[in-house]
Amino acid sequence: MTWLALSWPYVLELTGEHLLLSVPAVLLSVLIAIPIGQLANRRPTVGGFVLGAASLMYAIPALPLLIIIPVVFGFPLRSPATVITALTVYGTALLVRTAADAFGSVDAEVRAAALAVGHSPRGVFWHVDLPLAVPVLLSGVRVVAVSTVSLVTIGALIGVPSLGSLLTDGFQRGITEEVMVGVVATILVALVLDGLLILTGSALAPWARRRSPRPKILGATR
Amino acid sequence: MIEFESVSKTYPGGTVAVREFSLQVPSHRTVVLVGSSGSGKSTLLQMVNRMAEPTGGRVLIDGDDVAGRDAVALRRSIGYVLQHGGLLPHRTVLDNIATVPVLNRTPRRRARIQAAELLERVGLDESLGTRYPSQLSGGQQQRVGVARALAADPNILLMDEPFGAVDPIVRRELQAELARIQADLGKTIVFVTHDVDEALRLGDEVVVLRRHGVIAQRGTPAQILAAPADDFVRDFIGADRDERRLTVERIDGRDIAVDGTGRPIGVLDS
Repeated sequence: MTWLALSWPYVLELTGEHLLLSVPAVLLSVLIAIPIGQLANRRPTVGGFVLGAASLMYAIPALPLLIIIPVVFGFPLRSPATVITALTVYGTALLVRTAADAFGSVDAEVRAAALAVGHSPRGVFWHVDLPLAVPVLLSGVRVVAVSTVSLVTIGALIGVPSLGSLLTDGFQRGITEEVMVGVVATILVALVLDGLLILTGSALAPWARRRSPRPKILGATR
Repeated sequence: MIEFESVSKTYPGGTVAVREFSLQVPSHRTVVLVGSSGSGKSTLLQMVNRMAEPTGGRVLIDGDDVAGRDAVALRRSIGYVLQHGGLLPHRTVLDNIATVPVLNRTPRRRARIQAAELLERVGLDESLGTRYPSQLSGGQQQRVGVARALAADPNILLMDEPFGAVDPIVRRELQAELARIQADLGKTIVFVTHDVDEALRLGDEVVVLRRHGVIAQRGTPAQILAAPADDFVRDFIGADRDERRLTVERIDGRDIAVDGTGRPIGVLDS
């Protein structure tokens, strides 16, 4: 434990960097996946195409993506923006199908009833579709959060600091303890974020507390 | 008053739901549209709040064509009760009842207080107000549906098989409750059902529909029972069923009503 005893301030600092990369990526994925999911649910033909295309982005290998993004968006190669954008691409790809399922899970009869008593069509989205989609949506967001936290580590390969830096540094210098700390800290961050998401879910959907669906693990290993 | 002026509804592809239907629903009356599936009764109801648009003819409320009204404002001015309650599963009972007042910008606090009063009016305990719809029985959910329809104090109530999904005993209770509320409030009610007994029990006027919204007979329940227009109506109302064919027998100086199977069912008051 000597390495950790000496380096814990560094580990804390990297944990902070790790969160600053992963949390914005998860939030952006949610913001992008929700309209795509809603579109896919409303217009299956157009939406199905968009959905397929978005899901395919998950197949882009990580290293090329980290090089393409700075070229396309004009970010410096080693900037956090590059990593966040790449993670958002993967997060969105993972989340769009669940988002479509989430809106699909809203009972059409409830939607029709809401219209019939006088919600405007836009009001139905905000007051009916979106809140009722939360439980299923959240199960997808949990997968994305855990996947993103583990993916952030590859940013270390292009020199953007995160807990992944402990892995690259530990391998290069042959410090096993540093690698172990990197792995354990990453898992802990993922668990804490997952826990926070569960709490958020029961705050946002108290009506579903007893019957929230379990998250599906969709090939979230990378 | 609600007027249907020879309304028709043909879906793209040529399927006819309603053909040339005309009817006047007088204010403060309950008119029941009764028919089997395919009679177009629900479609007719939905034309009043523009959940369905007629492809021919007009629907007028107090002389104004509903097609000229803003659909959202129109729907908020009309109470609507659906078969499965149509309550929002993510809102508490009180918030469900307060839906339309809140949409109309009544402050939420005041809307909830009024909602609690409405709970009592539909025969529910105030303690149910903080529950979610899934925590209520089917009958309780329908009562909440009625309370929500009444919340903005509309002149018109549209009821689409509101008691169709609950068991017969609860259905009788709900019918009695509705009759009591209507005696107090005197709304203009259009009620749709496939249950003839319900139609006869609740309607000031009953309209028996054939396919495509063709009127087989309209009249008071008594008129329809007394003189079914034809074999279709006769068959539909079960005029030949044993419980409709009553005779009187005199026993120990009292008149006893006896049904078609010979079973005594009551005593005539002298």
